[in-house]
Amino acid sequence: MVMGVCLLDSLNEPEEIQQQIVRETFHLVLKRDDNICNFLEGGSLIGGSDYKLIYRHYATLYFVFCVDSSESELGILDLIQVFVETLDKCFENVCELDLIFHMDKVHYILQEVVMGGMVLETNMNEIVAQIEAQNRLEKSEGGLSAAPARAVSAVKNINLPEMPRNINIGDLNIKVPNLSQFV
Amino acid sequence: MPAVSKGDGMRGLAVFISDIRNCKSKEAEIKRINKELANIRSKFKGDRALDGYSKKKYVCKLLFIFLLGHDIDFGHMEAVNLLSSNRYTEKQIGYLFISVLVNSNSELIRLINNAIKNDLASRNPTFMGLALHCIANVGSREMAEAFAGEIPRILVAGDTMDSVKQSAALCLLRLYRTSPDLVPMGDWTSRVVHLLNDQHLGVVTAATSLITTLAQKNPEEFKTSVSLAVSRLSRIVTSASTDLQDYTYYFVPAPWLSVKLLRLLQCYPPPEDPAVRGRLTECLEAILNKAQEPPKSKKVQHSNAKNAVLFEAISLVIHHDSEPNLLVRACNQLGQFLQHRETNLRYLALESMCTLASSEFSHEAVKTHIETVINALKTERDVSVRQRAVDLLYAMCDRSNAQQIVAEMLSYLETADYSIREEIVLKVAILAEKYAVDYTWYVDTILNLIRIAGDYVSEEVWYRVIQIVINRDDVQGYAAKTVFEALQASACHENLVKVGGYILGEFGNLIAGDPRSSPLTQFHLLHSKFHLCSVPTRALLLSTYIKFVNLFPEVKGTIQDVLRSDSQLKNADVELQQRAVEYLRLSTVASTDILATVLEEMPPFPERESSILAKLKKKKGPSTVTDLEEAKRERSADVNGGPEPAPASTSAVSTPSPSADLLGLGAAPPAPAGPPPSSGGLLVDVFSDSPSAAAPLAPGSEDNFARFVCKNNGVLFENQLLQIGLKSEFRQNLGRMFIFYGNKTSTQFLNFTPTLICSDDLQANLSLQTKPVDPAVDGGAQVQQAVNIECVSDFTEAPVLNIQFRYGGTFQNVSVKLPITLNKFFQPTEMASQDFFQRWKQLSNPQQEVQSIFKAKHPMDTEVTKAKIIGFGSALLEEVDPNPANFVGAGIIHTRTAQIGCLLRLEPNLQAQMYRLTLRTSRETVSQRLCELLSEQF
Repeated sequence: MVMGVCLLDSLNEPEEIQQQIVRETFHLVLKRDDNICNFLEGGSLIGGSDYKLIYRHYATLYFVFCVDSSESELGILDLIQVFVETLDKCFENVCELDLIFHMDKVHYILQEVVMGGMVLETNMNEIVAQIEAQNRLEKSEGGLSAAPARAVSAVKNINLPEMPRNINIGDLNIKVPNLSQFV
Repeated sequence: MPAVSKGDGMRGLAVFISDIRNCKSKEAEIKRINKELANIRSKFKGDRALDGYSKKKYVCKLLFIFLLGHDIDFGHMEAVNLLSSNRYTEKQIGYLFISVLVNSNSELIRLINNAIKNDLASRNPTFMGLALHCIANVGSREMAEAFAGEIPRILVAGDTMDSVKQSAALCLLRLYRTSPDLVPMGDWTSRVVHLLNDQHLGVVTAATSLITTLAQKNPEEFKTSVSLAVSRLSRIVTSASTDLQDYTYYFVPAPWLSVKLLRLLQCYPPPEDPAVRGRLTECLEAILNKAQEPPKSKKVQHSNAKNAVLFEAISLVIHHDSEPNLLVRACNQLGQFLQHRETNLRYLALESMCTLASSEFSHEAVKTHIETVINALKTERDVSVRQRAVDLLYAMCDRSNAQQIVAEMLSYLETADYSIREEIVLKVAILAEKYAVDYTWYVDTILNLIRIAGDYVSEEVWYRVIQIVINRDDVQGYAAKTVFEALQASACHENLVKVGGYILGEFGNLIAGDPRSSPLTQFHLLHSKFHLCSVPTRALLLSTYIKFVNLFPEVKGTIQDVLRSDSQLKNADVELQQRAVEYLRLSTVASTDILATVLEEMPPFPERESSILAKLKKKKGPSTVTDLEEAKRERSADVNGGPEPAPASTSAVSTPSPSADLLGLGAAPPAPAGPPPSSGGLLVDVFSDSPSAAAPLAPGSEDNFARFVCKNNGVLFENQLLQIGLKSEFRQNLGRMFIFYGNKTSTQFLNFTPTLICSDDLQANLSLQTKPVDPAVDGGAQVQQAVNIECVSDFTEAPVLNIQFRYGGTFQNVSVKLPITLNKFFQPTEMASQDFFQRWKQLSNPQQEVQSIFKAKHPMDTEVTKAKIIGFGSALLEEVDPNPANFVGAGIIHTRTAQIGCLLRLEPNLQAQMYRLTLRTSRETVSQRLCELLSEQF
């Protein structure tokens, strides 16, 4: 079962309990060299040795999946690749900015791949077809709201002084006792 | 044309996101976010009704703010409103917000469920998909209650579209994981199995995941899936790579589905039907053959996909453990991977080989790779790979290669990562003990361990070497000689001083004949280390000295001088001072006979599970170690009959620390001789305070315990020195407890060690995790300790919290029962009268009901009683019982393995001042325990 998915940006460190998991994962993954193995045991916040972190590194982004023992490690590596290739197809040469400005879309794409922690679909064409269908629906409803669209691409072209921040898609029921802290 | 229309986004959102990104500081970002939150709040609160687009935009902004790591405490209602929109994009963002942000016991669940119900009934596949996704992602019990009946129907209905079927299968799986009791097995199960034959591979993949999970719990029900899975697998494996079109991934046909099918088959033993079995063997052979073919692509994706299937096939071969031919082939294949240039493959090969090592067919084959594995230990750059290499060496170790493996592990230890040193030390100690042919090798190995990694040698390891030396007289002389030599090093680890002190104190006489190790030399050697050691070690050395007085009357004078010196008699540490005074007195007043009796050689230790093995189990979790041990027991049973570990039933925590036997003459039950009458009382005092057995429960602890059954916070224990407070929270089967230790005095507590003690039974059912606290607690200060709690299965006893510390030189030992009780894992359930009585009737088996009639201990006040029932954790159901004076409650006990529905009814009888309490649950032990707990409350 896939317990959580998280994208890490190698250049910024995450800052706040939702964020603590991301931070721990960040430290576990970022200190690793390239060319060593892509699996490691989870940190203390995410179930320790019961869970494995499986990650792939693309430029400045890390895609990290946290899985239990029922998943094949190599299979998950493939799945990350499928996810990234799908993002690339859907966004056309995907870059980090796409993922930030369209975090809702990223979620929709992820939901076509993983659902309730289980792999829903691995066939990229099928996934892209689903997203395209969503898109057509969106278009057909567009009408009134389509106008402000160009602003987005304009904003994207501003040369931003700062590197992108973390985005965190850890919504997939990361199973930690989410209890409030005592004072 | 990209599939995501970048243009049709929401402008306000894009502007907001770029504002955030342009913030130069964290403060600026927070300011911008607060401004936006205020804006959204005013819009939502405003008089003007918002149109769908604006609602969508603001909800999306809230989502973004949440993902940045900020709390969102409003907007849920607006998101729920979006669910009933007819516009797809609005509905979609509403569902996304709810999936990410709504927790399961929200008030809104009813509204959300309503919207989901409508969408499921809409027959619009897109809307149905959104609704199913939402159920799967939230997965709460309320949703399971509402939809667990409906989803199987959607799943097996003939006219359901493929994509909806896929979602329905995984949705059902999610509900089954959260609330298995709510997903009824039924006619649909056989039709689900037939989905394995579906034309759409996406549907087959989803169905396989579902069936695998269901089959683990209900193997009989899904038995027919085996032959279907085998034939499906066979069709995939033998297909040409183009047959499966889109499901071919980098030239590998449907790798994902193959992996899932192979996992499903691992739920069952090898198929009985010879035809099916033959077909499966062919498949597995074909997969192994393909591994030898040249790759069809140089891309890493190709090899990943191919090997994912291969590793899963090997796992199945190992699981069946019945085809020697396949096992050996699997082993050879893994052997190839051990030298592969891909680190991932080396890692997985080491991991799989570990399980292969425990099969009798392949153990020998695994052993042939020993050199490669040792090489991996030396050369791998990645610590997680080296860790797997250590595991494999441990697993493949037997009598024939133990010396080599232990030597390699020892030499690796010199450079090993700090994070894995302690584990390697334990493994070396276990292997050395288990496969020792002669015990001189064992003693050498342990002393080497202490020399190389003294800091990582835990108490258990040196206790164990002493136990073994004491129990085997053939090795005692050698041990004395070796420790004597080892102690001559200018710098030696304190643990070595402990072992040395103990062994020479017992067996120093065996080497005293040699003038190089005369009694006086032995004494001077030990005493030269004395001032460098910590207090417990010094205390041990003082005991050694008094033993010397008995062994070697000629050094009595020297030792008495040492004991008499101011640094001993007036030592600031009360323990040392007391020992010095009493030993000095003992050596002066006691006759030789009495001395010889009191200071007699230690009796052999009773055989029990190796304390180190227990420790390793604790570290690694019981299952991993036990399997290997059990598999190997046969092979090694003849080697060392004596110290062979007992069956794995003894648990780590409850194994009494052998230090009781080491130091505490009086404390250990099989004490060889009572202390002499002259100083008896005092000696007992000295010895019995060695930190060993937990103190008996503190007085009043039972009452305090009962008070916590219905509440979570308060003071658990208090005396003149120490106050223990608790705060705890529980949710489903998990909980967290904070224990606050307050030092009420103005003096520092030293060696402050709280320990949680669980019996074996309890340990299997309740998992507690905590970190040690700082051993020094300043006067007036409070330290806290967090305990993470998981209820694995229902349990009866309560853990004991034992606290030991030193206060101004006296040793304090307090034990209290920790109020972690089964009812803490209650989730209240509301239900109507009719439902209640229907369920009540369903639980009418005599074992399911427990009843208790008891006298009221407190005034019978209705409001207080209500508060107690709610505090107990169940829901208090009003207007259910026809007699309004009665109380009824309902709830569910959550454990990791099961959820147990509970109903209770309390009937007060004011005239007689009596109560009758009836509990009905699906499990006898649960009814029993809850009844016990609750009946104490009134």
